[in-house]
Order: sequence, then C-alpha cells, then structure tokens
Amino acid sequence: MAANTNYEKYRSNGTLLGNVLEWVDARFPATSLWRAHLSEYHAPKNFNFWYFFGSIALVVLVIQIVTGIFLTMNYKPDGTLNADGIPRAFASVEYIMREVAGGRFIRYFHSTGASAFFIVVYLHMFRGMLYGSYRKPRELIWIFGVLIFLCLMAEAFMGYLLPWGQMSYWGAQVIINLFSAIPLVGPDLSLLIRGDYVVSDVTLNRFFALHVIAVPLVLIGLVVAHILALHEVGSNNPDGVEIKKFKDDKGVPLDSVPFHPYYTIAHDLPAMVIFLIVFCAVVFFAPEGGGYFLEYNNFLPADPMKTPEHIAPVWYFTPFYSMLRAMVWNFFWLDAKLWGVIAMGGGVVILAFLPWLDRSPAKSIRYRGPIFKTLLSIFVFGFLILGFLGMQAPGYLFFGQGWLSGDVIAQVFTVYYFLFFLTMPYWSKIDKCKPVPERVTSK
Amino acid sequence: MSDQKVDSERRALILATSAAGGVAVAAAAVPFVASLAPSERAKAAGAPVVADIGKLAPGEKMVVKWRGKPVWILRRTPEMLASLEAVAGRVSDPASEKSEQPDYAKNPARAVKDEYLVVVGICTHLGCSPSDKIKPGNAEGMPVDWQGGFFCPCHGSQFDLAGRVFKAMPAPTNLEIPPYTYLSDTSILIGEDPKGA
Repeated sequence: MAANTNYEKYRSNGTLLGNVLEWVDARFPATSLWRAHLSEYHAPKNFNFWYFFGSIALVVLVIQIVTGIFLTMNYKPDGTLNADGIPRAFASVEYIMREVAGGRFIRYFHSTGASAFFIVVYLHMFRGMLYGSYRKPRELIWIFGVLIFLCLMAEAFMGYLLPWGQMSYWGAQVIINLFSAIPLVGPDLSLLIRGDYVVSDVTLNRFFALHVIAVPLVLIGLVVAHILALHEVGSNNPDGVEIKKFKDDKGVPLDSVPFHPYYTIAHDLPAMVIFLIVFCAVVFFAPEGGGYFLEYNNFLPADPMKTPEHIAPVWYFTPFYSMLRAMVWNFFWLDAKLWGVIAMGGGVVILAFLPWLDRSPAKSIRYRGPIFKTLLSIFVFGFLILGFLGMQAPGYLFFGQGWLSGDVIAQVFTVYYFLFFLTMPYWSKIDKCKPVPERVTSK
Repeated sequence: MSDQKVDSERRALILATSAAGGVAVAAAAVPFVASLAPSERAKAAGAPVVADIGKLAPGEKMVVKWRGKPVWILRRTPEMLASLEAVAGRVSDPASEKSEQPDYAKNPARAVKDEYLVVVGICTHLGCSPSDKIKPGNAEGMPVDWQGGFFCPCHGSQFDLAGRVFKAMPAPTNLEIPPYTYLSDTSILIGEDPKGA
C-alpha cells in the first residue's frame, strides 16, 4: 500500500526545492496533479490551430474574473436617481470611465473580454463540429460545454444590465418577458425574476449578485468538470481517430506528446501572444468595437418611459434573437410568442443532443462525405446571416429589394438550423465517407 | 462490503434521518424563494396617478408614469377615429375579445370617451415601448397604406390608434388598457376604476 501514497511517488533529489516538494507531496497531490493534467497528459500530436481556442477561453475567463473584481470596487448596483437625475449605477460606470485612474482600461478589458469570450467559444464549438469532438466517448465533455455556453449567455445577459443604459434596460425587459410566454407559470416566473412589476432597482441588485457570485461559481465548476472529463477520455484530434488504440510498452499512446511542454509552450503560448495583441489593440484603439461590443444607445441612461428607436442585442446573441423574431405564426395550439421562445431556447438546447444525432461512421470532416460538407457550409452561412439580421431592424431588405426580405430569409434559415440537426441521423448515415486511417496522419 | 449483511435497522434510521433532513432543507428554502417575489414596498408603489389632459391638443399624445410603466394618453381627431374602422379587417382582435381592458373600455374605440385613448405603452409581446407612428402614410418610415398607429422597434409589431395589434405580428394581444376614471373633463385618474364600475 505504501507505494501508492504520494510520499512514495515523489522523492527529493536533495536540493532545497526538492525537499519542499517532497514535504508537500506527502500531504497534497501536487506532483501527481501536475503529471496527470500537464506533463504526462498524452495529447494527440497532430493538433492544429483549431485547438488554440480552449486554452484561450481559459485566459479570457481569467481576464474577466480579475477585471470584474476590480470593477466591483467602484461600481454601485443602484437604479435610483442621484441629485443630477442620473441613475447611480449609470453614474458609477461613468465615474469608473472618467475619474478612476486606469478605470476605463479595466472596464474596456471587461467589455471587450465579453465579446472575445464569445468569439473564442464559438470557434471552439465549431472545432468540435468539424472534427466530431462530441462523439462517443466524449458526450459528457460536449454537454458540459453546452452548459458552459448557457452559463456564459446568462452571465453576459445579466452583466449587460449593470451599466443601466438604455440597451441594458430594454434588453433585460425583453429577455425577462420571454419567460412570461411559458404557459401557466410564465407570468409569475418573470415576476419572480424581476422582483418587481417592471425592471427596476430590485432587478439590478439581484442581477449584480448573480453576475458576480452565483453564475461565476457555477461556471468555474463546469469548466473544471469539462477539463476533468476531457482528461479522463483523452483529446480528440483533426483525424478523429482514437490514439489510445496504439500504445508503447509503457502504455503511452504512440501518436501522442506530453501536453506540457509541447502544447503549453510550443503551441498555445504563441497563440496567446497573438490573441492578446489583437485583444489589446481593440481595447486601446477601438474599445466600442464599432458599436458592436458596446452599443451606442447604452451610453444613454435607462429610461423606463421610452424604448430606443432601434434596439438589438449584442452581436453574440443575434443569431438566436433572429430565431425568436422569425416565429410569427400561431400553430399547434401555441401562439407565436411561445414559439419564438421555444425556437430561441431550443436553438441552444438542441446542441446538447448532437452526440446522438450524428450517426456518421467517420468523426472528422477530413473523412466525411459531400453531404456533410455541403450542409455544414450552408449551416455556417445561415448562422452568420441570422446573426446579421438579428442586428437589423425588423423589415430589413437585402440590397433594398422587396423580394429579398430579411424577415423571410431569417425564417428560412431558422427552419434550416433546426432541420440540419433533426434530419442529421438520416443524412449523416448515408453520406459517402472516405476510409478512416488507423493512426493520425500528420507528422 | 458486498458480502456483509445490511443492518436493516440502521438503514431505516439513515433513511428516516435523510427524509427529515430533506424536509428541513425544503422548509429552509422557503424564505429564500419568497425573497425573490416583489417586496411590500414594490407592491405598495402602484398608487393611482392623476393626469391633466386640459392642455392636450387634438392629435397630441402625452405620457404618464404609472407603476413604473408609461401610460399614453392620445387625443384622437375624427380622422384618427375613422381610421379605426378602415383597419378593422386587418387587426387580429378587432373586438378585443382576447385582450386586457376594463369592461367599460371594451368597445370599438377602446376608451371611455372616444376622443381620448388611455393605454399602457408596453408591447404585449416582450415589453418594449412602441414608438409613435401617428401620421398616416409613409412619412414616418411606415408603408404607404399606413393609417397611423404605433410600431414596436424591438420585434416589429404594429398597432392601430386604439392599440389593436395587426394580424401576423409577434404581439399576441392588443395593448393593455389600464383602469381609469374621469375626475373632470380635463383630468383622469389612472389606476382606479370609476365608482360603480
């Protein structure tokens, strides 16, 4: 039994550092954690750039937590009006921007971080679709991932209320009212979320609590579960083959390299440097992201009497927002409002079923057939179009042409989005896949 | 473990303790869930408000804050009232059967006095406040055959000058009419039914 204790696993080499480590290891699994998750985590050797985004997402999470902590030191979640008639929450954000030393960079890091988070996570999810990373035995990794995505959406939505601008206020009003479409319990539920009959100071305070404590705790727990599940089954790779099939006599997969230092230093570090250069360039030179990262209407304090002429959610919600707007028909006893909510929520939830919808013999796009490649291309195009239309006012016309109505095109792509998933069990099976190699192909 | 016999007496005690603990946790959750509901202060904030309509010119609209929501008062001209009939075939609930209003405002003009429309300016879809598109025609960015009304910027619902929603719009029902009473010819109490109504 003694050989299995941490004390036996790591013996000092006699140096001071070695002695300290030996002392710690006899009491805490420091070395074994390091080995299991980094220096002896055997990752496939053929990762490409698509594999940057998981690590980068982790960096963005750290940026958000650190900047968030510093923002709470000066922010006041208070919707009441100050002596100048400005809501105190809005005024405290302006105070951070104008009077706190370094405050505007901290805020811009946080607001740009929110958009960066979604860019990185969308790419990370798309990588999963390209290479079949959700397929057996990685279903739980994918489901934890979908839950992380949901948490991020909740976090972004509640965080967006805090500056208490016009878009904050009316965006929250719309999203909370979504819940009132649920039959029977809906109206009471949305009342319970708001804590008032309209979005008010009460709502602002509880969103602050959820945004800075509750959701981040859940988020971190899910990220840990996501990584633990990944390290249990091992990473997928661009060939979509299981590297654990071929191992050397020590049980190490032949097509693997240790995650550290090969991926930490040689692969992810340069990617992070490039990411941070772009990120800082946005923070320093275009922090509003052309009105996409920080909407211009949000520089006006919240006015419960007047909705801005043009209201749209931040860009990362717009594809799902388009699906909400696309539903204008009553059918199957349910009215259009409820269908819109079902489409919006279902658009996210359906992702969780992907591991069971995909019946293709090959995991990776490298060996999948023309049907998948065609349908996935249209899917991506449609998703981007939905995102674009979600930012436009209702009644948008492409090229000003009546026959290219944005509303109709949004309906077409919303239907396509769901058909893509719902018919996948059929077309993924009959698609003509190429033979999948036994081992990874790149050097 | 597996070849040991389960001590059924201890098992029963464990189950009973867990059940009692579960009840205690559920009971302890009550104040937390209850705290999410509107507080007594929020409930008390819904007092009626008085609106002075003496200075409202024909065709003009004013906004009053009631329970944190905008309430519109629109003084309708005869042409505006005539437009209600013109669009009756195109609105989804012309007689306001499915919509919320006091019985005394459940009539074609959706008002106590036809001239004054009193309506909660919150879209019944997802709670945005629709914008004024009161002028007929395409002067305010609406279609050429527009008869005047309101347009919700969030999801595009269109309403006529009685707050009735047009067909095939996201909003399920007409704009809500609040309870209100005429205190005199020039002042309205919003939030209270007339005596005897």
